[in-house]
This record gives sequence, structure tokens and C-alpha cells, in this order.
Amino acid sequence: MNWQLVPQQFVTGVLNGGIIAIIALGIVLIYRSSEVFNFSHGQLVMLGAFLTWWFAGANEDGKEIFNLPLWAAIPLAIAVMAGLGLVIERLALRPMTGQPLLAIILMTLGLAQFLEGATAIVFGIEPKNNFPSPFSPSDVITIPFPGAFNDAIILKQALLATFVVAIVAALLFMLFFQYTRTGLAMRATSADHELARSVGINVPRIFGLSWGIAGVIATLGGVLLATLTGVEVLNLPNLPNLRMINASYGERSHLWLH
Amino acid sequence: MLKVNNIEVVYNDVILVLRGVTLAVEPRQIVALLGANGAGKSTTLKAISGLLRTQQGEVTRGNIEFDGQRLDRQAPDDIVRQGIVQVLEGRPLFQHLTVEENLRSGALFRRDGAAVLREDLERVYNYFPRLRDFRQRTSGYLSGGEQQMVVIGRALMSRPKLMLLDEPSLGLAPMLVQNIFDIIRRINRESGVSILLVEQNAHVALQTADYAYVMENGRVVLDGPAATLAQNADIKEFYLGLTAVGERKSYRDVKHYKRRKRWLG
Ligand SMILES: Nc1ncnc2c1ncn2[C@@H]1O[C@H](COP(=O)(O)OP(=O)(O)O)[C@@H](O)[C@H]1O
Ligand SMILES: [Mg+2]
Repeated sequence: MNWQLVPQQFVTGVLNGGIIAIIALGIVLIYRSSEVFNFSHGQLVMLGAFLTWWFAGANEDGKEIFNLPLWAAIPLAIAVMAGLGLVIERLALRPMTGQPLLAIILMTLGLAQFLEGATAIVFGIEPKNNFPSPFSPSDVITIPFPGAFNDAIILKQALLATFVVAIVAALLFMLFFQYTRTGLAMRATSADHELARSVGINVPRIFGLSWGIAGVIATLGGVLLATLTGVEVLNLPNLPNLRMINASYGERSHLWLH
Repeated sequence: MLKVNNIEVVYNDVILVLRGVTLAVEPRQIVALLGANGAGKSTTLKAISGLLRTQQGEVTRGNIEFDGQRLDRQAPDDIVRQGIVQVLEGRPLFQHLTVEENLRSGALFRRDGAAVLREDLERVYNYFPRLRDFRQRTSGYLSGGEQQMVVIGRALMSRPKLMLLDEPSLGLAPMLVQNIFDIIRRINRESGVSILLVEQNAHVALQTADYAYVMENGRVVLDGPAATLAQNADIKEFYLGLTAVGERKSYRDVKHYKRRKRWLG
């Protein structure tokens, strides 16, 4: 092992963690509010990225329907994905209320397959390396670090920016949960469904809302990820170990939502 | 105001638990619902508040009316909106939330602004001054009496017309029980909230209530003004544990009367 590489690996690893955290937040949200582990979250991340790419008119084959600047494409994709989250909850999950939890979780697995298939049919399976990132791979910041490889740590600007956005987004969600009425309703619901109902909280609506917000978070994570890697049907949902990371993360996430 | 008309309740489509319960609560009244463990008191309250549904229970016969509206087909949050709030047995809290967050959670369905909610919080803190000092505390760490205050306060935050209280005295020291019931009476008098009170502690319940029902095996077996029931010999012997001369009976004697329990029907 080349110890000179450790500082670089460490910093890159920490920065990557920001994106993983924001993606995991979407899973945690649904898991905490309704106890359902959403296996289709990776696909929502992918779809959010694809929609952004599509709204930004990036296929460049002359048949673009949209040709929005990135700052408009992202909010539009976020809005569509929030709507999709609500629709999924309403049409796929709510009718299963009262069914065994395993059946509901299997439903999210089916949903994952469906979203993946639908995305492949609509957008094709070839990788899209032309995601309209505001950064080019050569935009880097070099920080002197004696002893490291080449005596420096090299930070891609894109990675640094995604990290900052992820942290800011996570903070905003924390503030939302902590200080808004809806946030309080979500924390109360995640603690005890029957009790939440007894104080007049519309629990099914909270479930719907957590799917809507998960759609927002997924899109954000997808865009951040695509900024670094481009978009591809087969790759994004299968981020190495992401599902495993999320699973253990979800179990230990009580602090996030209470 | 509230009319429960001959309802039958079934759990899981097969377990018949209420076999024709009829009762009424008038405006500003405190009504007690007494009975042994398993008689169906909590089930009656959940039928009214709509929480039966979350437990696979269903009203299969009869109906429930509140101010002329049918309740027995409505969702719990709609019923809360109409002014009926249930305080569940065992004073369950949102344990990870602070005292004030718990109180605020009782008003989440309301559209009122911050100033109105602030006023309502003040009203709760006036009934329970101790909660004001504990407002930022995680509610799970409170004592049993304090937790009972939080759950009643949380119910008040919904501005109810009718409060359903399920065994507020359960597991509390006698002094605290008096304290809680004093406040229940004050809430009834000062805020004009009607109260349907489920209790195993018949003594304090009959002291507090205007009218009372006694349930046994899913049926109402006896009802009347609380003062009259408190004089009823069987109630005295079985529920209050008193002999004719007013002394407290030993457990062994009370146990003997358990065999006479069915006779009440
Ligand atoms: N969710 C449920 N499913 C099946 N049976 C229940 C349920 N809840 C209560 N019961 C049964 O209904 C009867 C009445 O219970 P309950 O209303 O809790 O009585 P009480 O409050 O008077 O002690 C008991 O025999 C109890 O076992
Ligand atoms: Mg009970």
C-alpha cells in the first residue's frame, strides 16, 4: 500500500460521503415514518437525474423537447419527482395498508424493477456522459500537503461543490423537521402511528408527504451524483453497496427524525 | 350531544367485544364509565374516537352520533376536527419529543396562527404550571403524574368539546390522583369541555362525575346519576370495597363478592 495516497483517498472519501448521506436521507425518511424500507429509492435517484438531463435538452440529437438551463431544469425535475413520489404512495402503497410489511416492501422491489425498465425504454441504456455539469473534470483545486503523493491533495471542484450542496440540503431538512408544523407531524408519526392518529394527525397524508419529499431528495442526490459520473440506467441504481449502507444507516437513524 | 346507540363491536371480523352499548353525554357533563378489566370500556372509547380502525375493529351494529353527525364511518382525524379527542390508556407520549412539542402536536391539525396557539399553550400551562418549567424537557423522562398532565394538556390543545379519558388514575399515587381529578373538574367547569371518563377507580370517578354507567362483558348493566350509584349497595361492595358501615373491606372479602359480580346484570 502506498501511504502517500492516504490523504487524497481520505479527503475524497469524506466528500463522497456527503452525497451518500443525502441519498440515504430519502430512505430514512420513508423508513422512519412508515416502517417501509424503500428498495426503489436508487431508481428514484436515477430517474431524478435522467429528468434533469432531459429537461436540460442534453441529448443533443436535434429532437430535444426541452432545452432549459440547468438552474431551471433542476427545480422542474424536483417538482415532477415530488409529484411522482405522491402518486407512487397513493397508487402503489396506500391500497396495501394493513397488508403484512413484507408484502409492502416487496412492492417497493417491484417498483424498482418497473422504474428501471421504464427509464431504459424511454431514455435508452447507453451511458449519458454529457450531463450538463457546470464543472469540467479539469476544474481542480490543488492544496499543498507535504508528504502526500506529489505533495498535494487535488480536489475536483465538482466534488467539493456537491459536498457543500449535500451538507446544506441536509441542514435545511433538519431545520424543516425541527421547526415546522409539518416537520413535527412527521416526527410524531414516525414515533407512534396510533398516537399520531389520536391527536388528529392525518397519518396517510404524512406517508404521502414523506414519499413526495423522498422524491425531492432523490432528485437532488441524483443531480449531484450525475454531476460527477454522468447518468446511466444500469449504474446509478446499483451504486456500489449503497443499498447496504442505507440499510444499516436506516436502522441507526433514530437521531435524525426524532 | 354524544349518543352511542346500541353498538356492537367486532375485532378481526370474529371477536365480538361490545354487545349492544348505549350511552349519552350531554353538554358540560362529566360521565363515568366503570367496569372491570376487559369489560369493553376502552373499546367503547375507541369506537367513538374512530381509533378502532387502527386495531382491525369495526362497529357492526348500531351507530354513534355527535351533534347530529354520524361518527362511526369517519376517520380519527376527522373526528378530532369535530371536537372529540381521546386520551389513550397508559398516557402514551411522543417520548423523544419535548413537553412543548408534545403539547403542540395536539394542535397540528388546526389552521390557527402562532399567536392563537401560544394562547392555548398558556391555557395548558395555567392548568399545569409545572409543565411550564419542563417545556424543553424530553417528555419520556417525566414522572407518571407529569406525563398524565402532558397527555391531558395535549388533548386540550385540540380545543375539544368532548374529552375521552381512559383510566387517568392508573398507577398514580393517591395524592396525584386527587390532583389530576381536581384539574379535570376545573377543565370541565372553566372551559366547558364535556368529559367521558373511563375508570377502574370507581371511588374517585363517582365523586367527579355527574352520571355513570357500569359495564360488564360488553354490555351496560347499570346506569344512573353518580350520586345515586355511589349509594348503590352492590357498587359499594364490589367497586368501592365498602361494607354497609362504610369501612374498607379486606381483599379477601372483596374477592368473595367477585362471585356476585354477574348478579349486577
Ligand atoms: N385489538 C383487539 N383485538 C382483539 N381483541 C381485543 C382488542 N382490544 C381489546 N380486545 C378484547 O376486547 C375485550 C375488551 O377490551 P377493552 O375494551 O380493552 O376492555 P377494558 O378497557 O374495559 O379493560 C377484552 O376481552 C380484550 O381482550
Ligand atoms: Mg381499558
